[in-house]
Amino acid sequence: MKRFVAIGALAAAVIALHLLFAAAGAEYLLVQLTMAAYYALVVIGLCLLMGYAGQISLGHAAFFALGGYTAAVLSTNSFTQLMGAPALERLVHWGLVTAGTDAYGAAAHQVPVWLSLPLAVAAAAAVALVIGIPVLKLKGHYLAMATLGFGTILYRIFLGTRLFGEADGISSVRPCALLPGLTIGGDTALRTQNYYFAWALVLLAMVLSLNIVSSRAGRALRSIHGSEEAAAAMGVNTARYKLYVFILSAVFAAVGGFFMTHFNGGIGPAEAGIMKSVRYVAIVAVGGMANLWGSLLIGVLLNFLSLRGIFGSYDDAVFGALLVFIMALAPDGILRREFLHRIMRVRIRWPFSK
Amino acid sequence: MLRIRNLESGYGSLRVLKGISLHVNSGEIVTIIGANGAGKTTLLETIAGVVAASSGEILFDGRDLVTLSPERIVAAGCSLVPEGRQVFAPMTVRENLVLGAYIRSGREGKAAVAEDIDAIHRHFPILKERDGQLAGTLSGGEQQMLAIGRALMARPRLIMLDEPSMGLAPIIVRGIFEIIGRLRAEGNTILLVEQNAMASLGIADRGYVMETGQIVLEGTARELMENHDVQRAYLGKEYRSIGEGRG
Repeated sequence: MKRFVAIGALAAAVIALHLLFAAAGAEYLLVQLTMAAYYALVVIGLCLLMGYAGQISLGHAAFFALGGYTAAVLSTNSFTQLMGAPALERLVHWGLVTAGTDAYGAAAHQVPVWLSLPLAVAAAAAVALVIGIPVLKLKGHYLAMATLGFGTILYRIFLGTRLFGEADGISSVRPCALLPGLTIGGDTALRTQNYYFAWALVLLAMVLSLNIVSSRAGRALRSIHGSEEAAAAMGVNTARYKLYVFILSAVFAAVGGFFMTHFNGGIGPAEAGIMKSVRYVAIVAVGGMANLWGSLLIGVLLNFLSLRGIFGSYDDAVFGALLVFIMALAPDGILRREFLHRIMRVRIRWPFSK
Repeated sequence: MLRIRNLESGYGSLRVLKGISLHVNSGEIVTIIGANGAGKTTLLETIAGVVAASSGEILFDGRDLVTLSPERIVAAGCSLVPEGRQVFAPMTVRENLVLGAYIRSGREGKAAVAEDIDAIHRHFPILKERDGQLAGTLSGGEQQMLAIGRALMARPRLIMLDEPSMGLAPIIVRGIFEIIGRLRAEGNTILLVEQNAMASLGIADRGYVMETGQIVLEGTARELMENHDVQRAYLGKEYRSIGEGRG
């Protein structure tokens, strides 16, 4: 029951922020909140993986980028030049490719969103499966290093492959019409609907994750975090659960990357970079590890500030410093009563003590 | 019920079990005693499937467990109470018990699990009092009761207990062994690994002595207790005569 109240409060906050920004004439802030929402999808998935199942991933940005690049490649590579007319007509006939125009108005054929989105999800799930089976046998530092290696590989692939636009990334990605009246794109006119769509996805991911966490599967995940051997002795299939939650978190990230790319109109290799992965890990740590609401809140706040450019060129340094700070002073996250209590007391005592 | 033949296992290139053979009959308490590093825990973990066997067979009601995964082994009716209790500290006592019924709860639903929790509460009234408390905040003895209760939630036909006396005060150990005795009286079959040979031989029907990965001695609990070597090595008797011999 508490869950639904919290979800309702989040929905209310989403609406309230919109109204507030609209009243203040600062609706442009919705753009960063929309992007923060897509990043939040990565954070929610990583929170399940790290906080609940206790498995770290230092390569999660790669899954976000994988979703994004799938969207970009499938919507910018015109099939008009790629294949002969008869083959193309057959694809059009089956609805696998639709005729349209590219960002410059030339005739082009693209993969429709009902196909490209599942393809992005499938790509992320497939990569997570292939990587996850060997890598999730590792623990602790070894798992961290292996996922770091995996993230580096995908980053270099995105950076070095012609298909992915090399260092430039892929730009001029077309907005995608999801439903009549709902188009994912960066147009000013589309701002409000994109904001609500992104946050609807976050709400959905939260409901799903909160349900998982408090279910039989969630107990199994938490037991793996506690002790893998004891979990196995309870009859929990630890290998399978770790793989499932790894795949689920990869899919969350890929969905975020997919829509972010259509919203932004492009994606670059930096989205797959190691510092991005470190940032997600830092957010989950600050949020309190096994704390979905904390991770979401911190994730949206920090990403919003970062996207607004508050941290300037020290963006990555801020997230690095956060990790050091959190690990040293508040390893359970900052949204804990003990920690808040401690800093409050320090602040009150400070001017009066030596 | 359980028959093990020539079981070998270990970690990587390290061979810990060097051909273990033993059996447990239905309704018995069988104890395995031995010093630190003899391979007792490895033996239980190999039976539970947490450590892979490299050769030999583990027949449980005629079914070979060697190739089965840990969860299949639990489902087959063979539960392990791991060494050092290993309760899930950040979860509540109740959640720990519900997790114990993990393999059943998918099929049988919440009502059946709740009924079993009531049964566990009758066994261990303290767990009822601690129902909503985090397992990590329980005392050692309470955690051991929780670990046993959690294993019982799977409705096992064979319960394997790994050093239930570890780190507990003698009076608490006595309580735990009384519980083990009661479990047997209710028809459970128990395989008990212990360093506390006195207590475990006192309650067991039969026993095996393990040394460096092998069974070196077996017999009824009484035979073992009266055995000269066992008395000297594990029961602390003749301590003085050894000292006098040296002097």
